[in-house]
Amino acid sequence: MKTIANLLLATAATLAFTAAAARAEQITVVSWGGAYTKAQTEAYQKPWMAKTGNSIVSADYNGGLAEVKSQVQSGNVTWDIIDVEPSEAVSGCNDGLFEKLDLTKLPKGADGSDAKADFVPGALLDCAVGTIAYANIFGYDSTKFPGAKPAKLADFFDLKTFPGKRGMKKESKVNLEMALMADGVAAADVYKVLATKEGVERAFKKLESIKSSVVWWEAGAQPPQLLASGEVTMTTAYNGRLFTPMVTEGKPFVIVWDGQQQVFDMWAILKGSKKKDVAMDFISFSTSTQPLADQAKYIPYGPTRKSSAPLVGKFMDGKTDMAPNMPTNPANMGNSLVQSVSFWSEHYDELNERFVSWIGK
Amino acid sequence: MTAVELGTEGLERRLARAERRGKLRAFLLVAPLLAFVLLSFAMPILTLVRQAAYNTLVSANLPETTALIADWKVDAPVPEPLCEALVREMHAAKEVDPAIPSRIATFVNRERAGSLSRVKQVANADIKAPYCAGLAALHDDWAQPDIWRALKIVAPSFSPRFFLQALDFRLQADGSIRSQDSNEALHLMLFRRTLLVAAGVTLACALLGFPVAYLLAHVSLRVSNMLLIIVLLPFWTSLLVRTTAWIALLQQNGVVNDTLVALHIIGEKGRLEMMYNMFATLVVMTHVLLPFMILPLFSVMKGINPNFTRAALSLGATPSTAFWKVYFPQTIPGLGAGCLLVFILAVGYYITPALVGGQSGQLISNIIAFHMQKTLNWPLAAAIGTILLAGVLLLYWLYSRLVGIDKMKLG
Amino acid sequence: MPSLRTNGFVRFENVQKTYDGRSLVVKALNLSIGRGEFLTLLGPSGSGKTTTLMMLAGFESATSGEIFLDDELINNIPPHKRGLGMVFQNYALFPHMTVADNIAFPLRVRAIGKAETTERVRQALDMVRMSNFEGRKPAQLSGGQQQRIALARALVFEPKLLLMDEPLGALDKQLREHMQFEIKHLHERLGITIVYVTHDQSEALTMSDRIAVFNDGRIQQLAAPSDLYEKPDNSFVAQFIGENNRLRGVTRALNNGRAEVEMRGGVIVPALAVKAAVGEPTQISIRPERVSLEPQNSEINLEGTVAEVIYLGDHIRIRMQVFDDENFIVKLSNGSARRDFAVGESLRVGWSVEDGRALDV
Repeated sequence: MKTIANLLLATAATLAFTAAAARAEQITVVSWGGAYTKAQTEAYQKPWMAKTGNSIVSADYNGGLAEVKSQVQSGNVTWDIIDVEPSEAVSGCNDGLFEKLDLTKLPKGADGSDAKADFVPGALLDCAVGTIAYANIFGYDSTKFPGAKPAKLADFFDLKTFPGKRGMKKESKVNLEMALMADGVAAADVYKVLATKEGVERAFKKLESIKSSVVWWEAGAQPPQLLASGEVTMTTAYNGRLFTPMVTEGKPFVIVWDGQQQVFDMWAILKGSKKKDVAMDFISFSTSTQPLADQAKYIPYGPTRKSSAPLVGKFMDGKTDMAPNMPTNPANMGNSLVQSVSFWSEHYDELNERFVSWIGK
Repeated sequence: MTAVELGTEGLERRLARAERRGKLRAFLLVAPLLAFVLLSFAMPILTLVRQAAYNTLVSANLPETTALIADWKVDAPVPEPLCEALVREMHAAKEVDPAIPSRIATFVNRERAGSLSRVKQVANADIKAPYCAGLAALHDDWAQPDIWRALKIVAPSFSPRFFLQALDFRLQADGSIRSQDSNEALHLMLFRRTLLVAAGVTLACALLGFPVAYLLAHVSLRVSNMLLIIVLLPFWTSLLVRTTAWIALLQQNGVVNDTLVALHIIGEKGRLEMMYNMFATLVVMTHVLLPFMILPLFSVMKGINPNFTRAALSLGATPSTAFWKVYFPQTIPGLGAGCLLVFILAVGYYITPALVGGQSGQLISNIIAFHMQKTLNWPLAAAIGTILLAGVLLLYWLYSRLVGIDKMKLG
Repeated sequence: MPSLRTNGFVRFENVQKTYDGRSLVVKALNLSIGRGEFLTLLGPSGSGKTTTLMMLAGFESATSGEIFLDDELINNIPPHKRGLGMVFQNYALFPHMTVADNIAFPLRVRAIGKAETTERVRQALDMVRMSNFEGRKPAQLSGGQQQRIALARALVFEPKLLLMDEPLGALDKQLREHMQFEIKHLHERLGITIVYVTHDQSEALTMSDRIAVFNDGRIQQLAAPSDLYEKPDNSFVAQFIGENNRLRGVTRALNNGRAEVEMRGGVIVPALAVKAAVGEPTQISIRPERVSLEPQNSEINLEGTVAEVIYLGDHIRIRMQVFDDENFIVKLSNGSARRDFAVGESLRVGWSVEDGRALDV
């Protein structure tokens, strides 16, 4: 009798467990891999899984929306959340590849401020929520300039005072804005100027002045390599890519924050995702104040919530303060520019064609 | 006589029947492969061509607008029914799927930069009659003909505009064709450069591969197997590792430059620029594609009886005459196959040149990838791809006319 | 013919050849070939005959020793300057050239005028009865036709010497026999010196003035075909050329060129002493057609047992056991008196003493 009771009990327990397991959901989150995904895993994924009992399958991609488009068009959507840049977020949204998000579900900031007000401008889109801001900056090898040090955007274009090759991304975005700002256009006016024919000519003219000294790079890993090998003396880069060799390997690189251009990384949900609600829950959780502050422990990218800034601590080595290395640090924000998604979504085709054709001549 | 003829005919008929059975059996055997090839090869190519020339996004969602704008003369004022149809159908399309208006807007924006938000607005705004005035009130752009002209260009289901764009022409609203502004003309230059790089790589592979294949074919089996492994090594290394290794070798502070400086062949100031230019592209691509040249050459050379050269010598030919008149002509099938393979593969390469080629590393395939991945302009990518495919097929046809495709030996 | 032989148009003097530096493929070769002679190098594969030919052609170099052609030392003359015609196994017709171009090849490399070339190609084609085939490619010809073209090509430039390396090996039996006569007649008509390599003894016997039998890197015997068959110098030659019965025994005495050979069971059989020494084992070699059955007045009269009878039309082969030899063959002409033999029947066999040659073992 007793054994039968035990058996029943065990069966019941098993069933209960299975039921609980069935309620636990699994979603697939796609991001850029490497140190960046590691930061996200530590700061967002692990705490969320611990809290909800759900699980996350992590996948990497190399940018671009081709895979997303084919998943959505074929109706076989296996990815749920993807980490995209604003331009992709907008063009994907326009193309119907992403779900429209209910932004009222985002929690209030830790300081009690309303979500809409807590996020920095541009971090909330119809289809995407910004998590971090990285900066397009330029950096140099300090051993190459024993005298005067480059300090301003204009110095990047000054081959006389600061001789040597320049590394630049083979891409129209960032470079055109940079050229205009170096030519004296105020950050606030950059897109107004770039929307005119004269402005475009002006930007290309400025770029033309250093074209013969430029080494064009393609992948984010290249700039620190170019600097380290002496191929270039100065290069544009993503701030995190220069920060890591500086702090962990002690490379003599210096980041110039003047005229930095911020770009968000954002979460978006694929249209037709079967776990839409769970995915939204993860986005709400990961973009709340504390997780956004936590990710800065692993990588020097600025949280998009103002309320996260005071909570940013030290790098994982335990001694480097992260705040001064953040693109969002007020001291680094002088003459800074947030890349305009709306401008580029209208003008990218046209300007990029011009840029690629210019580069090849 | 008649009886014999009848008999013969009966025999022929029986033979035909017997052969038909055999042919049917043979066909059934290859049918699965045929189906596979059709599905995995012919279908995607057809889809590609269709993608480039046929799109119903506008014509299906805005049928009345499409019909009306087709009749609209580009210099005439925009008629009220057209404005009405556009406003009504944009709202209706938004009800079906909220993404449709913005997709249409993206289409229009590709013809006229800055139209994206104007077109999207139409679906969201509450516009009452008179509609043309209402649109103009929404934004002044709607009072100008340009945005309507862009809409007229993208409306038809069939349109050659992507093919034209791929060849640096633009379709105009009035049906005429203009060539792209010179500072935006891009594709022809890239096609030309791609062909040039592919031809250069093919030549380099032929010049380097021929002696290697000759060596491989004329040493003992044990040695040739070992050398073959070395030749095939690039296949077994990941693309990025291989590329990075070349960067380490060729860059300013790379192994080659350091060695030359250490040997006092060049001075510290005179370090050679071998990276991020056409030279690097040629070197790295040649390295990767060399096996495709060596293998067919090797297999053809292995099949050439050494007695041919001996015969030529015994007949009084000098060794160089024997090589050029007797040996070399017999390697043409392998050389041709190798060149064709290398050229076709080189035309499609883009990651390697992008990483090591600097500003010269931008090839036509990069643009295809760019439109696939970044701008989601798949029709344009498909049009460029179709032209590239046509070019390769043309080359194949030329080869078969000049050398004879039946003479090609791949191994 | 013998007068031609004496002046030594081609001479090998103490020629040795090794490929690996350890074993000799050709051992101390001395050979003199007369002008106008048809000399065949005959031997099993690996005997050194082909290597000898290749050294003469210049495709292999002699390790030591000297080779003379027309009293000129040719060791260091490259093959294309030796002026020798050569016909190869599988003909080596250039597949990408027409028949006419193949034949014209040796004339073109000698820069002979166009008109003369055409004329000589025509003559060469006439010679091998292949006119009207000029325009064909080698692949469109049969084996025999290719052979003729190869011959025409090797002869068109009137070489001093024609070398042939198993030229008929790829043809079927009937064609081969036909071609043997054609080559023989061509030789007689042109009077050219030919060195011919084959492993086929009947081919060698049919065509040659003299045959050099090779084995193990040495010439075993150099003689006219009839001598080679009738008077083999050693057991290898006796065995290699034609059919041969061997009776083993020990030489007991030698007198007047006769050897008394003791067989098993103490029977003494006399034989012609060719290579026999008193007290040494020897082997009596007798051609099957020289054996007679039930001999009358024969000095040799031995007992044998019929093991097998084979009817072959023009003759009957009887396999018998005589002493140890179970393969003692007797060839009986169809015209003989007796034709009915039973297996197991006991018969007497005999032959004249001169037909039994006592050779080395």
